[in-house]
Formats: sequence, structure tokens, C-alpha cells
Amino acid sequence: MRAGLDRKWPMSDIHLHHITKSFGPTPVLRGISLAIDHGEFLTLLGPSGCGKSTLLRILAGLEVQDSGSVRIGEGLVDGLRPKLRDIAMVFQSYALYPHMTVAANMALPLRMRRLKFWQRLPILGRLMPGARQVSVEIDAEVARTAKALGIGHLLSRKPGQLSGGQRQRVAVGRAMVRHPAVFLMDEPLSNLDAKLRVQMRAEIKDLHRRLGVTFVYVTHDQAEAMTLSDRVAVMLDGELIQVAPPQDIYADPDDRRVAEFVGSPKINLLDAIVRERGLADALGISFKILSDAPPGTALALGIRSEAFHLSEGAGVNTLTGAVRLIEHMGSDLFVHLDLAGLDHPLIARLAAERASQIALGQTLHLSVNPDRILVFGQDGKRLRSSGSAETPKVTPIRQFAL
Amino acid sequence: MAAYALAGPAVLLLFLLFFVPVIAVFVIALTDWQFGAHTFAFVGIANFREVFGDDGFRASLLNTVIYVLIVVPGTVILGLAIAMLIESGRSLRAFYRAIHFLPFMATLAAMAIAWEALLHPTIGLVNQTFSALGLPTANWLRDEVTALPVLAIIGIWQNLGFAMVLFLAGLKSIPRDLYDAAEIDGADLWLDRFRTVTLPMLGPVLMFVVIVVALRAFEAFDTVKVLTKGGPGHASDVLLYTLYRESFEYLRTGYGAAVAVVFLVIVVALTLIQARVMDKRVHYQ
Amino acid sequence: MSARLSPQAAILRHAVLLITAALILTPFVWMISLSMKPPGEIFREHFAFLPQQWYAVQNYRKALTSAPLPRYMGNGVLVCAAILTLQILICAPCAYALAKLRFPGRDLIFGLVLIGLLLPHQVLSLPLFVLCYELGILNTYAALIFPFVVSPFGIFLFRQVFKTIPDDVVHAGRLDGLSELGIVWKLMVPMALPAVIAFSIFSVVGRWNDLFWPLIAVRSESLMPPPLGIIAFANEEAGNDYGPLMAAATIVILPLVVAFLVAQKWFVEGMTGGAVK
Repeated sequence: MRAGLDRKWPMSDIHLHHITKSFGPTPVLRGISLAIDHGEFLTLLGPSGCGKSTLLRILAGLEVQDSGSVRIGEGLVDGLRPKLRDIAMVFQSYALYPHMTVAANMALPLRMRRLKFWQRLPILGRLMPGARQVSVEIDAEVARTAKALGIGHLLSRKPGQLSGGQRQRVAVGRAMVRHPAVFLMDEPLSNLDAKLRVQMRAEIKDLHRRLGVTFVYVTHDQAEAMTLSDRVAVMLDGELIQVAPPQDIYADPDDRRVAEFVGSPKINLLDAIVRERGLADALGISFKILSDAPPGTALALGIRSEAFHLSEGAGVNTLTGAVRLIEHMGSDLFVHLDLAGLDHPLIARLAAERASQIALGQTLHLSVNPDRILVFGQDGKRLRSSGSAETPKVTPIRQFAL
Repeated sequence: MAAYALAGPAVLLLFLLFFVPVIAVFVIALTDWQFGAHTFAFVGIANFREVFGDDGFRASLLNTVIYVLIVVPGTVILGLAIAMLIESGRSLRAFYRAIHFLPFMATLAAMAIAWEALLHPTIGLVNQTFSALGLPTANWLRDEVTALPVLAIIGIWQNLGFAMVLFLAGLKSIPRDLYDAAEIDGADLWLDRFRTVTLPMLGPVLMFVVIVVALRAFEAFDTVKVLTKGGPGHASDVLLYTLYRESFEYLRTGYGAAVAVVFLVIVVALTLIQARVMDKRVHYQ
Repeated sequence: MSARLSPQAAILRHAVLLITAALILTPFVWMISLSMKPPGEIFREHFAFLPQQWYAVQNYRKALTSAPLPRYMGNGVLVCAAILTLQILICAPCAYALAKLRFPGRDLIFGLVLIGLLLPHQVLSLPLFVLCYELGILNTYAALIFPFVVSPFGIFLFRQVFKTIPDDVVHAGRLDGLSELGIVWKLMVPMALPAVIAFSIFSVVGRWNDLFWPLIAVRSESLMPPPLGIIAFANEEAGNDYGPLMAAATIVILPLVVAFLVAQKWFVEGMTGGAVK
């Protein structure tokens, strides 16, 4: 299993400094700065069109940024062709060459690097001095990598004869075979069915653990981002909104948009006005909040569905409404509640055992503790209290400074 | 029963205008029937023997093959090169495509007359330019060495845009990811990318274009009729022109039918090869 | 492949394409140039694109009056329109039957269509000539039109496109009381309009430019379509009065070239239709 992986993998951290890019008049990246540690698994997470793929392509050298710089390891790579950047990439479509066998697909990056142009010529190349020896080495390395990925028996097949999962492994193999310092992955799992996706997710995680090199992974799927990453970089509209470990992205978002994008069901948001310090009104109900916002401040209160608990009657921090829909999810219940003054239902996640106690149309009281309320300002930025029990986490956005 | 009423007219006409005539061609080719005669007798392959024994026909067949062998590679290579050049950038794509496609649209009989003026031995632009550059001039259409190649060049000129358009469609359908992957894999040289991605991905289209252009080249007629009438001698005679001349100018019915059969066999063979190849090669399975 | 050209490469691309474009256009340019020159300038042994003495009006007037050029053009329009109309009238119902109805012999008929697709029309010219002779229509418009009224390609193309239209549309049409022919003309053909347009272009361009069959089918000048007319004109003028001849050639190619430039996309689709599929 470890065969083919014992080679020394080079050091490489990545520094992106103020990258901008426009396609025509449309700005796609608005000044992205990001530092990625050597060996880190960083995911660029965002909806389609947010610029994450463009950022990855700039990192790969497939696209040229309008301004800003990219450093991989010791040197700036701006203007360098992909070949010279010591990176490998796995594409969403896998981009396997359909006319070549699996072996030839995997060998291509090695052939392009180790064989001189005249040695690669169709028939004639084989007669060139040294070509044979190198080809034999390449074949051996391909075989070793393929074996490590469990695709050794597929080497003579063509991509068209493989299943989705097998193609994915071949694409990973083609990336792995030449021991790049950085793996770039552009939505590599999105063409697989749900079951296979979960399985390949585990394999990618395992691969990262074994190789120990830097992975930059692009996805719009928050489950992939949460399960795979050391850190997640949430991108919206060409900007990095937050870069943090997955649990912080979920539980401690910096921005209302991050809170809304991550988490399923979607976070409940209530418009509120601060009545007095530490107390805000929403939907005619008073909420104790951990915020220093002065009276009169307009806020949005974000409450995750699992932050609610059932309570006996109305009161502070308690929402009251009629049950509109109950969704049984096995371990959990999703209860949709109609609230007066709210045009969309509130969603609460309750323990499945509660099912017998809740009926459609029934009035429920749901309470939430102040420390489970995420407070966002008018501009969408998170408002944290300075002196509260909750210590505001300094999320490690390592801004790259020259 | 509605189906038969709907399909009936078309089927009837298909028989009258396609299947009866094609059978008739074979029948005429195997008999001594002459246009206007009321009787005929089977003569076996006598007409074919006459056709293949005729130096004029053999020259015509050979000329057609030579013509095709010039037009096909010329059209395909130039068409591909121009398509790739157009596709390699963004600006003026539609403009270049339109200009290169123009000859394919223009009435060839009329354009042949323009070519005749262009190739005129004294006042033609070709000879004027050639003599200004110190190159040898010729009476292109009256010289038995140059007549056929010149017709072939006109054939390339006419079909180039057709090949180009088919290649453009083929190039568009190559996933961009493959070029990206090739670049990541280190195919920095244009030739490497061409060999790893473009050419193999274009394979089926390429085969298709080769056959379609070959079919069109076999059907060359207008330029021959207008410019050389097969001459000088038989130097630029081609199959379809022979077919026309023997059948309708000399009224050698049996001979003409035999030529038609030969022509049909070639065209059908090419089309069937194409169907076979397309079936096999469209997807790399 | 695209958008990564360096400035030098981009310039080179334009340079090469402009040169090939110029070469491609040379016959057109030469033709137009000669069509504007007086005889004296044409026979001068050096080249200038623009005439010193403008003679375009005289040349074009002569082209339009000394030969029945307007008549040729009118013949072309008439023949192309008649052929196209009949082709659609005859092919669309058959294509509908092949695409949407189930009846014994359907596959056989489709097989015949495919065989018809294989047959080059020139091969059939001798029997068709005899047929037209027997029908007594040689040297009439009917001889120019009749052999083309059914198009295997038309049937094939329409069948392929009709097949992509959901059966539910047919069922809904029947429920709404449409006859089978009503379904063809009110539902299928309008829904397959892009294919109908593509086929129309394919058909019209092919017929307008055809020289082979008119050469066989008609003798009198008054029936000649443009390609045949222009070579008759060239022969009569002994090929020496280049100005009017080039003017005539320009006029003959003009309708299709203009239509092509206006509706490029449609023309490319029509002319390569079925090819790219």
C-alpha cells in the first residue's frame, strides 16, 4: 500500500498576495490574499461563479492574474508555465485523454518532463539514445502508483471503459505519479453519485494524510469542505470572506453570508433592534444577546436549527408558533414553525424522540440560550461582545504581508 | 393507414426518381440499348470492356484519382490549419470564417469564369504576378501539364471553407479541460498539445472530412466543363465529365451508363467506408 | 487553446489569416475589378484594382440587356422555389410517418431513404433524361424541377428532428382534433423550424448552383438557370468582352453571397447540416 509513496515530497507553502482578475468588465477576483501552510488541506468553498475555480487556475498557471503575486515554496511563480510550478491538478471532468490507455495517461506527465522532444517522437523516438531506459523507468513508476491506488489491473484499459470512480482514481494517479509539491483539485467529486462521493472523499482524505503535501481543493459542497479540510476559505463574489477551520466556519462565522452559506438546514435569521445593551427585540419578543451594540442598532440574529430547545411557555428568548411541517430525518426531527411576522418558516432540529409529542398545527415554544445566538450587524459583519463569556476567536486569517 | 397516405407520395417518387433509374443504369450498362431505340439485347459486360479498353476513359479515371489525391490533402490540411488559426484567438473569428467559406457558397460556374480571367495567359493576374516575380508563366488551362493541377487548386479553393467549418465545429467540441490537463502535464510545446489532444480528439471529424471532401472531389464537373472541356486532349478529363460527354454529347448510351456504374461504385464504396469508420471511431470506447 | 496568445502570436495569427483570406478573395476581387473596367484597360498588361475610367454602368447594363440575364435569374428563383416547396410538401409528411407512426414496412421505407441518400444524382441523369423525354417535359421548367421534388436528405433530416419532438405533442394534437396532416403542418414543421430553414438553405444553394442537370434538361435560353445562362453568355460573347461577362458573373453569385453574409450562421449550419451531426 505504501509502495510508490516513499519518495521525498518537496516543501511547499503557498502565498497569494492581492490577486485580482477580471473577465472583460466583470471582476471575478477582488484582491485575494491567502497563505497556505506546507502540508495543509485547504478548501476554497463557495457557490458557483464566486471565483474559486479561477483562483485555482491562477495558482496552476492556467490563467494569468491581472495583478498580485503567487509564491509557491521559495519562489514567485508568476509568469511560469504550469509545468515549472511543481503542481498537479485533478479536474472536475477528470480530463483524461480518451484515446490513451490508463498507463499512457499516467505516464504522460513523466514523459513530457523526462524525455527530450526528439525522444517523444512517434516511432523514431524509441530509437533515440536513452529513450528506452527512461521509458522503462516511467513504466515502473506508473505501475507502482497505479498499484498504490488499486488501479493496477486497469492499466491497459481506456478511460471510456472505466466507471466514474475508476476514472477519478486514474486522474488522481496521473497527478500523483510525478510527486508534485502541491495538489490542486477542482470539484473532483462532483461527477460521482452520492454514495461514491462519500467513499472517494474518505480516499482523498487518506491520500492527503499519506502524502503529507499541500492540497488546495475547490468545491461548492459544504459537506466536502467540512469533512476534508484543515481550513476552509469561504469565497463569495470574488472575495475571501472567512478562512478558518471547519468547526469555526460553522459555529463562529465572521459574516452573515458565511453563516447562511454553511449549514443545512439554513440558519434562521431574525431582524432585530437593540432595545438596551444586551437586549434586542425581534418579532415582538425580547432576546438576551451577547453584544455591546448600543440601543437602536439594527441587527440580524442568527440561530442554528439545533440551538433551539423546547420550553413550556412564552418568555424571553422564546419563540412561539404553530407547527407547519415535521420532517423525520432518522436521528433528528426538523420542525418547521410558522411565526407571526415572519414570511418563511423557522426550522428547529429536535431529538427524534420528541416525535410523539409534536403534532401538526400544535403551538410550540422554542427557546435559545444567548450564547447560541450569532449577532450580525447591518453590514452583515458579525458583532462579538468584548467582555462576554464567549471569548471571540481570532480566526487565523494569515494575511500575507510583503 | 394514415401512415401510408403520408409516406406514399414520397415513397412513390423515391422509386420513380431514384430506384427505377439506378436499376435502369445497370440495365442499360448491360445492354446494347441506344437512346430512342425500341429494342435492346443483353450484351453482358461488353460496355464495361469497351469503357476500360478506352484510353480516354482510363485517362479520365486516372485524372480523377490524381485530382482527388491533390484536392483531399490540400483541402484537409489547409482547412485544418486555418480552422486552428481562427480558433486560437478570439478576434475576428466570424470575419475570417465568412471569407474562407465564401467560395463554397458562390456559384462555381460563374466563379470558373472569373478564374479563367485570372488565369488568362496575357491579361490574367496570375501570369502578370508570376512574371513580375520572375517566376515561369504558362497558359495554365491549355497546357496538358498544368491543366489538371490548376483545376485541383480551384477545387481546394472551393472546398477549403467547407472543411474549415467542419473542423471548427470539431475543435469547439474538444473539452478545454484536456488542454489544461496537457499543460499541467507539461505539454508546453504547441506540437505536443497538438499530438496529445487536438489530433486524437479530432480523429473522427478528420476521417469524416477526408471522405466528404473526397466525395466532392470525385464529383468535380463545373470547372472542367467551363474551363477545359477535359482538354487539352484528355489531360483534364474527369469521370463525371466523361459521363456527361459520352451520354449527352456523343449519345453513347451504353458507354455512358457503364461509366455511371463505375462512378456509382466508387462513391458508394467511399460512403460505406465512411459509415463504418464513423461507427467505430466516434467514441473512444 | 484560446485566449492565451502572446501579442506576437496574435499578430502572426492575423497576418497569416489575412494572407489566406486575400488569396481566397482574389478571384472575387479580380472579377469585380474587371467588371468595372473598359475593354482598353482590361487588356492592358499591368494590374490595377480600380479602373482609371469607370465603366461599371456600361458593363452591368450590357450584362443585363445583351443577354437575358434577368430571365436567367428569374428562372433560378422560380426553379429553386418550386423545388423547395415540393420537397417540403412531400418530405415532411413522410418524415413524420417514419418518426412518429408505427406501421408495417416503416423500417423498409427508412432503409430506402438511406439508400437514396447514398446515390449521387449525376449517376441517375441518363435514366432521368429518358424519363423526362418519355413524359415529354424535356426543355421545360418541369424537367428542371421534377427530378428533385423528393429529397432523401430532406426526409432523413426531418425524421431525425421530428423524432426529438416528444410523443406527447402528437397525442395532445390528436386530442385537440388535429388530423395527421394537421399535426405535420401545425405542430411538427413549426417546431422543427430551424431544421426546415437549414434544409431550405441546403436545397436552394444546391439547386441555384447546379450546372450538371440543367445542361442536360434544357436547351432554350429562356429556360436556363443562372449557371447555365452564364456559360451560354460566355460562349456567345466569345469570352473576349470581359467587362460585361464579369459583371454578369458578379450578378449571378450576388444573391447567395449577400444572403450568406447576412445569415452566416444559418448558411454554415445548412451547408454542413447532417455533416456535423
